[in-house]
Amino acid sequence: MNHSVKTASITLFFISTLFSDNIEKDLQTQFILAEPGDTITIPEGVHQIRGTLSIEGKENLVIRGFDMDKSILSFSGQTDGAQGLSITNCKNIVLEKFTVQDSKGDAIKAQYVDGIVFRSVKTEWTGGPKETNGAYGLYPVQCTNVLIEFSVAIGASDAGIYVGQSNDIIVRHSTAYHNVAGIEIENSFDAMVYANHTYENTGGILVFDLPDLVQKKGGNIHVYHNIVRNNNLDNFAPPGNIVGKVLPGTGVMVLASNDVHIYENTIQNNKSIGTGIVSYFITEEAFTDSLYNPYTSDIHIYNNVYNREAGLPTLDYEIGQLMAIKYGRNTPDIIYDGMQDPDVAEGLCIQNNLNADFTNLDIEHNFEKWYSPFLSNFSEDMSNHNCGVPHLSTLK
Amino acid sequence: MNKILGKSSIVFILLLSITLGGNPLKYAKPKLSEYGFFIGNMADHIPRDGVLPYDVSAQLFSDYALKSRFIVLPNDEQLSYKLDGSFDFPRESILIKTFYYPGDFRNPEENIRLMETRLLIHTPEGWMGFPYVWNEEQTEAILEIAGERMDASFIDKNGGKTKFEYVVPNFNQCKGCHVNQNRMIPIGHKVRLLNHEFDYNDGKMNQLKKWSMLDMIHGLPKLSTLAHTPDYDDPTDGSVEERARAWIDINCAHCHRLGAPGETSGLFLNIEETDPTKLGIMKPPVAAGRGAGDRLHTIVPGEPEKSIMIYRMESTDPGIMMPELGRKLVHKEGVELVRKWIKEMK
Repeated sequence: MNHSVKTASITLFFISTLFSDNIEKDLQTQFILAEPGDTITIPEGVHQIRGTLSIEGKENLVIRGFDMDKSILSFSGQTDGAQGLSITNCKNIVLEKFTVQDSKGDAIKAQYVDGIVFRSVKTEWTGGPKETNGAYGLYPVQCTNVLIEFSVAIGASDAGIYVGQSNDIIVRHSTAYHNVAGIEIENSFDAMVYANHTYENTGGILVFDLPDLVQKKGGNIHVYHNIVRNNNLDNFAPPGNIVGKVLPGTGVMVLASNDVHIYENTIQNNKSIGTGIVSYFITEEAFTDSLYNPYTSDIHIYNNVYNREAGLPTLDYEIGQLMAIKYGRNTPDIIYDGMQDPDVAEGLCIQNNLNADFTNLDIEHNFEKWYSPFLSNFSEDMSNHNCGVPHLSTLK
Repeated sequence: MNKILGKSSIVFILLLSITLGGNPLKYAKPKLSEYGFFIGNMADHIPRDGVLPYDVSAQLFSDYALKSRFIVLPNDEQLSYKLDGSFDFPRESILIKTFYYPGDFRNPEENIRLMETRLLIHTPEGWMGFPYVWNEEQTEAILEIAGERMDASFIDKNGGKTKFEYVVPNFNQCKGCHVNQNRMIPIGHKVRLLNHEFDYNDGKMNQLKKWSMLDMIHGLPKLSTLAHTPDYDDPTDGSVEERARAWIDINCAHCHRLGAPGETSGLFLNIEETDPTKLGIMKPPVAAGRGAGDRLHTIVPGEPEKSIMIYRMESTDPGIMMPELGRKLVHKEGVELVRKWIKEMK
């Protein structure tokens, strides 16, 4: 672009910002007119926004506030659109140092973006955990090259940080609390989830593969160096959502995924399940997707530190009741549903964890006795799972 | 050979020079009048030569707005028919759509207020959508790239008064619906939506026949072999199922199909879809959040009140309603039609 034209347009921008009392229209206009390489600034203050702000078909943009607690986009009076901020069909977008508050649906959704960075971004619903909060906070879906760091997610009625149907993902140094799921990686490949702190969610970190989606499965998921503690919040997800099936008191849960590595985490005082490894059968939902694999396989849990104060698991869910009857106040840390993929030799490997009790629910053989835990035949024997040297070479 | 190579390398350079995300304003004029689409009083929408009116058999619901549509092709250029029943448009094609309300739907010709005119322009970077907002005097419409909100009201066909805030979508939101595989596309320009009679100044004629006579299309197969999407408002134009599927196709499938943003849900609502799960039958939601209400499946056969689809069609809460954009009101007739379809479903 011609230099003088660029200067003129920047001056124009400046003037229009200065004299505009409508920051919503102003930001939206800037998002539409942005040229590659531009930085768009979110001013300090709490800005009331009524409609979804959207960034579409752009390349090499930085959207930057002054600080996550200084530049706040509030959607508490939102009347149009389902998201707070929507980013679609873009390349290399950096979101930095601002907060999106109280959107009616998802807070920040990025779809079809190659290169999306959330850095020091906060999404929050300010009224505490409520069913009427939006589903997802930080929400990249069908993206590649996703980096979420130094970010915070609070109060989502599904997942605070949710990465779905995406590839090449890093989630690190981020914090999630008062969500149903703190961090969730769903139907995604090559995800490094490390050095995060998830606490006081219903479930801390979830790795799920679900049927009937466009990206059919995930894999090469590494969950390490995280602190996952006190995730004992009542499940406030609206009924019908799969995350509504997560037991209050879940630390880390792997559902129907394969090639998942969970290591060197501190998993503490999650009252129902420290780490759960379960197949899709446990949801008791039917599926018709012939390409879907409902089993877990190639799951590795090692070098984690478990710590659980004695106490009852949740009694709101059948599995919680079952565990309470069977184990009283000493629910095992690692719980496996025992549904081994018949086509895979190595299902679940557990090695060298500190303070880890284990139980295999063996639901295939205990299903008849599901409601009679005294008759059921659980196995606390971990020796079958002493396998699979950690594949650290696959780390990036 | 040399010549072919030369040509393709030019094309290649052109492709390289198009990056994502330029300023789109270079492709649009600031005022609608500058295009000269209409003669006389612009609000009367009397088209000049080369600006041809048309309509579609099933319409996207837009808060009961009535719509006037026109197509403009560049000189002597043609649409080419594609096997999937859509068209390739030449560059510089323009589609014009004006949204308006009569003061009283019992007298739809009177007391007209034009709200906005959207132009879909086929630029060298692909299709782009530009919203022009009409002034109160109804003498001009101004490009509002970031959209607009306006108070609107009308008296409905039963005599009830409806007041609401009319929302003009912004430039990006246009693409939110008009998208396929990351590229913007027209929605209504499928043979099956155009394959019916239109009342031209010189008499009624099938629109595709007219377009063929005017040399606007090439490669169009025989009319008798082409599909027709029913007018969902007209009970004589199809069964309940056919009309409900037509409603769902035009109102939902621009997003809910493979290659469009709603695909994340695995719910595919295009008229060609035959897989019951993909259509939502006994399908649990994926990322619906509170959009699911307390319902467990998108469609429960025989039980519209247990079907998420009906719940979202009946809502006007931006975090729940579907479609996500483009309406503030509930399309009662559409809800009734889809409800009936689900009710009768076994």
